[in-house]
Amino acid sequence: MADLGRAALVVSLGLAVYALVAGSYAAIYKRRRLADSARNALLACFGSTAVAAIVLASALARHDFSFTYVAAHTSRDLPTMYALSAFWGGQEGSLLLWLLVLTGYGALAVAVNRRLLRDLIAWVVPVIAGIATFFAFLLVAVSSPFMTQPRVVDGAGLTPSLQNPYMVAHPPMLYLGYVGLSIPFAFAAGAMLSGRTDERWIVATRRWTLAAWMFLGVGQLLGSHWAYVEVGWGGYYAWDPVENAALMPWLAATAFLHSVMVQEKKGMLKIWNMVLVALAFELSILGTFFTRSGVVNSIHSFAKSSIGAWFLFFVVLTTLFSVALILWRLPLLRAKTKLESPLSREATFLYNNLLLVALCLTILWGVIFPILTDLFLGQSRTIGRPYFDFFLRAFGLPLLLLMGIGPLIAWRRTSVRALVKTLRWPIGVALAAGVLLVVVGGAGTSRPGLIAYTFSAFVLTTIVVELVRGTRATGSLFELIGRNRRRYGGYMVHASIVLLAIGIAGSSSYASEVDRKLSPGQSITVAGNTFTYRKLEVSKSVNANETRAVLAISGRTNGTLKTGINNYFNGDTSREVGIHTNWLRAEDLYVIFDQRDGNAVFFKVLVKPLVNLIWFAGIVFLFGSLVALWPDAREQKRLIARLALAKA
Amino acid sequence: MTAILLGALIAALAVLLVALPFLRRPDGLDDSLDEPSDAEERRLILIEERDHALAALKELEFDHRTGKVDDIDYRAMVGPLRRAAADALQALDKQTPKREVLEPEQPKEQPIA
Repeated sequence: MADLGRAALVVSLGLAVYALVAGSYAAIYKRRRLADSARNALLACFGSTAVAAIVLASALARHDFSFTYVAAHTSRDLPTMYALSAFWGGQEGSLLLWLLVLTGYGALAVAVNRRLLRDLIAWVVPVIAGIATFFAFLLVAVSSPFMTQPRVVDGAGLTPSLQNPYMVAHPPMLYLGYVGLSIPFAFAAGAMLSGRTDERWIVATRRWTLAAWMFLGVGQLLGSHWAYVEVGWGGYYAWDPVENAALMPWLAATAFLHSVMVQEKKGMLKIWNMVLVALAFELSILGTFFTRSGVVNSIHSFAKSSIGAWFLFFVVLTTLFSVALILWRLPLLRAKTKLESPLSREATFLYNNLLLVALCLTILWGVIFPILTDLFLGQSRTIGRPYFDFFLRAFGLPLLLLMGIGPLIAWRRTSVRALVKTLRWPIGVALAAGVLLVVVGGAGTSRPGLIAYTFSAFVLTTIVVELVRGTRATGSLFELIGRNRRRYGGYMVHASIVLLAIGIAGSSSYASEVDRKLSPGQSITVAGNTFTYRKLEVSKSVNANETRAVLAISGRTNGTLKTGINNYFNGDTSREVGIHTNWLRAEDLYVIFDQRDGNAVFFKVLVKPLVNLIWFAGIVFLFGSLVALWPDAREQKRLIARLALAKA
Repeated sequence: MTAILLGALIAALAVLLVALPFLRRPDGLDDSLDEPSDAEERRLILIEERDHALAALKELEFDHRTGKVDDIDYRAMVGPLRRAAADALQALDKQTPKREVLEPEQPKEQPIA
């Protein structure tokens, strides 16, 4: 069967190259049938890649250890769900997933828009095919998942930390996000190549961008929850280069989703939008490069290899391509209108964009700094958590404030008089919340925490004010949301960011942490909760010996929890943290089994207030994103009517 | 052997799909891409400008109703926006080709016998 997989990938490479070459020729010389043929090649490329993916998935499910990849990433005792998730547990499988999602997205995006954007699609096909060619080439010539070996009795198994339900969903979500950003990039490039820089490419790709952005956001939160429950260090985000690699394109895409509204409403920021689309795409490729190349030290770099140079080459090539295209089409992209006032909705979008891009670039600098120092100074110097935390506060808190101000400012311009009148309720509630927190001592000693809570109260009041006023104006909340799903879905996403900010501020600024060695019967009290170490349990599972310490909790919260360590038969170990959730307080009692000394255990006990708001924010984020990206037939009709009128 | 046959089948299907546009009976001699002409592209941009102007007016009305824009600001902004919308409509009108209007033929009077 490996032969079939190899053959399917060779066919995919051939089809991608054909779609690239024939598609470019057809677009330059305006050949309709050749353009249709290139489009079909992209569709067929998805089909043959799907065959390759089925071959690999089937080998993983059957534990076919004649496949080198299967032997390297699974073992006979690995449950089927995790055996299948090994598809993206290694480099070759991840690359295959990239190609599969890319050709699938590409074929669908091209099929959906083929009539409305025929002139643009002729250029979009070769751009997508160019990206597909790169990945297909890597899979055929550099890093094939279909290498074979003499069949072995058992495989090496999957890294223990990857044997977690979150790891079944987290990587594919991230890939759906990373790869999804290729579609707006391809349409933006198509618009510039064809010279059709009108609004159609934006309308055609807005939902693709939203979907990719949603997948990236949800994927990151799933990854954070995985780190929280599985990695066992007590946190959910460590500013790890690979975590940052997923955050950066998300930030760039967030900036684009805001600035694109300015282009739609006022025809401004066309150049900026092209830059953001290209930046988000390049960062998604860079993200894959960081994850897979091994140039950065990360707990997430599960596979290190020599494909880094290829990725670097591709990033440089596509960056040059994007810059050259934007420079070439500058005359077409220049705006006809200007910013009328610094106190307008479009101006707040611009400020938000500057902050988002600044945050994105400072994170990028933090990620590449060790690589650059290694390259130029001969020794790698890493940038630590304080650097990232500082810039998150420096750019994140003003962003939070803007999230509240922006929706209440009118397009074009707002007078200070009208703004003060509109903001009086949110400002009043925010000040009251801040004073209350100081008076009752809820904010403790953390100034950033107090600011974050006050700003959060401000943003939430803004959203309520917007909904109340809008409902009064239209007569019904449902009608209000139905009339502009993008705006009100966006407000739900804003609410989720507020929940996230409250959760992060609460769990980082006000957490308690104590390390203590306990013998059975001994207790420790942390933040009003008493943990009593009862006993040690040792059991055997399918693939590991499991040691668990049982602790009773009393005081502010009552219950029990287990924490321990798994010793896998293949020699790996993993910490299994114990978490007891107090849903009413959204608080977690988090106990890490550090070391064992006979029956005594070194525990690390953490109390993390409001941490569960972070995960709840994920649900609100998903719901808001779905409301915003739900298809709207009116948009399509408007485009069709425009085209019909233009041709009349 | 089965794998090779299946691989050959995939390749054959792919070639068929790629060749399909050339195998279909041509629906005319013209093989050129259906692209908007320069005039159509200009009209498309003017239509976009018209839609932007009309949307801006609608947005201003909504912002006024929801209190984001007070009466004084509304009065100051609505005039220029209306003018912009009118200009966009006029520009579009100029670019739209005049259709030849055929006068309906008058029925000839029949001589009364």
